[in-house]
Amino acid sequence: MKSQAKKVCPTEALLTTPSLLWLLAFFAVPAGLVLLLAFRPADLHGGVGSGWSVAAIKAASDPAYLPIWWRTLWMSGVSTLLCLLVALPMGYHLARMPRRWQGIMVLLVVLPFLTNFLIRVFAWKSLLHPDGMVCRGLIAMGLMTEEQQLLYNAGAVVVVMFYVQLPFAILPLYAAAEKFDFGLLDAARDLGAGAARAFWEVFIPGVRGGLVAASLMVFISGVGQYVIPQIVGGVDTEMIGNKIAQRVFSDRNLPEASALSSMLLLGVLALMIANSLRRRLMAKEGPGV
Amino acid sequence: MKRSWGPLIVTLLVLVFFYAPLVVLVVNSFNESRFGGTWEGFTWKWYEKLWSADEVWAALVVTLKVAVSATLAATVLGTLAAWVLRSYATRLQGAHHGLVMLPLVVPDLLMGMALLALFVSVGMETGIVTIWIAHVTFCISYVTMVVLGRLRDFDTSLIDAARDLGASPWRVARKVVLPILMPGIIAGALLAFTLSIDDFVITFFVSGPGTTTLPLRIASMMKTSRNLPIINALSSLLLCITFIAVTLSYRLNRPASNS
Repeated sequence: MKSQAKKVCPTEALLTTPSLLWLLAFFAVPAGLVLLLAFRPADLHGGVGSGWSVAAIKAASDPAYLPIWWRTLWMSGVSTLLCLLVALPMGYHLARMPRRWQGIMVLLVVLPFLTNFLIRVFAWKSLLHPDGMVCRGLIAMGLMTEEQQLLYNAGAVVVVMFYVQLPFAILPLYAAAEKFDFGLLDAARDLGAGAARAFWEVFIPGVRGGLVAASLMVFISGVGQYVIPQIVGGVDTEMIGNKIAQRVFSDRNLPEASALSSMLLLGVLALMIANSLRRRLMAKEGPGV
Repeated sequence: MKRSWGPLIVTLLVLVFFYAPLVVLVVNSFNESRFGGTWEGFTWKWYEKLWSADEVWAALVVTLKVAVSATLAATVLGTLAAWVLRSYATRLQGAHHGLVMLPLVVPDLLMGMALLALFVSVGMETGIVTIWIAHVTFCISYVTMVVLGRLRDFDTSLIDAARDLGASPWRVARKVVLPILMPGIIAGALLAFTLSIDDFVITFFVSGPGTTTLPLRIASMMKTSRNLPIINALSSLLLCITFIAVTLSYRLNRPASNS
């Protein structure tokens, strides 16, 4: 029933209005407002003053933020890499399983993603706690001393980010691997390629679309993170999200928070636009991507 | 062809990695020890303490009110959105599709910030209504995604057949389209419900004094170590509920993936 007419008929307009209006009013317009608020002065009551000002933009461009931006990028980058490294073989394995099992495996991957986010972070906090199981075990095995800490450092933040984001990487890679023609791997093996070479030179290019989708999902959710560094991180593992939350809730400086959020938002949008341009280019060059 | 063991081992390790922290959490909710480093005997006392923690139950009531009403609204809006996205191929639907999918990618922090900016700009008091608006907003996209998946296998000739037999469009929607889509709609609604109950980040930005949802309560309980075992007990209960909801929604949607 997909009508090919490019003109919008009244029925279509009527049926589209509810969701379109809702998302415009509560998603698109608010996102625009964040950009706007960045150019407003702050008022003392935690609100927004009248008139225009570049004070918030100036404050948000302070070089003191640079190390935090850098940390946000590298921690998200490391957790993205870890996710891909694990999700690739897993997506491959899932796609080769019998159909019935694939559904159950996807369910098992989705379940942790659907359990309360705070609870999952909390579970890790108690695991890595000095009185928790992991620490005690490592100390008992002589791999760690009593003075050492597993919590409140960059390693803890990256591990928990990896834990929380892994389903976002597995699902698109599994979806891509499921469409992959595994006969190509056999062909490569018949032509004399080793298992590793066939995997790298045939399978990986074959699931390129899934790889890009997975990296984007994980990386973007990483740069917008603030709860994980707040709970399992320390003072020197703060990410840009922590700074935004602090500006909002501690300093009650909404314009500066908006200025920082705008930079993050524009970065995220740039990544997504670049991706859709890439896909359009690929589609022009030929099918199969 | 010789199968390599690497991917299988990775898959098994990932499952252990996914579930080990959750299992430890559930086990510790029955542990006499406060920090759960060692097993000091079985106890129900954390569940008893949870039972008498009135502020937790008050927060649960707020959470359920928001989740039920937001799920209802988002299910209607999301299903409608999926239907028009599938039925028309105009430029309007191109923009519509982008607008529906964007909230799935934009970090929660930015969505929370954007909604806060909106409510501050229009001078709206934050509270249960603003939380509801926020939850409907992020749930729409998930419902649309699930229903769209269901619509992919939808045989549109059924609609033409019903129309040829003289059914009105409204009757077709009620008697043909909705019954076929129902499993997808229910699965989408369950997903929306779970996400609404779980949301912390966006809710934190748009909640006001006096309206505390369960995740907000958990976050404030996490600040004092006295409460930690109670959180274990609460988390175990929530895990049970999520597992049941997800399994249910999986069973509902299975016929579609089998055919």
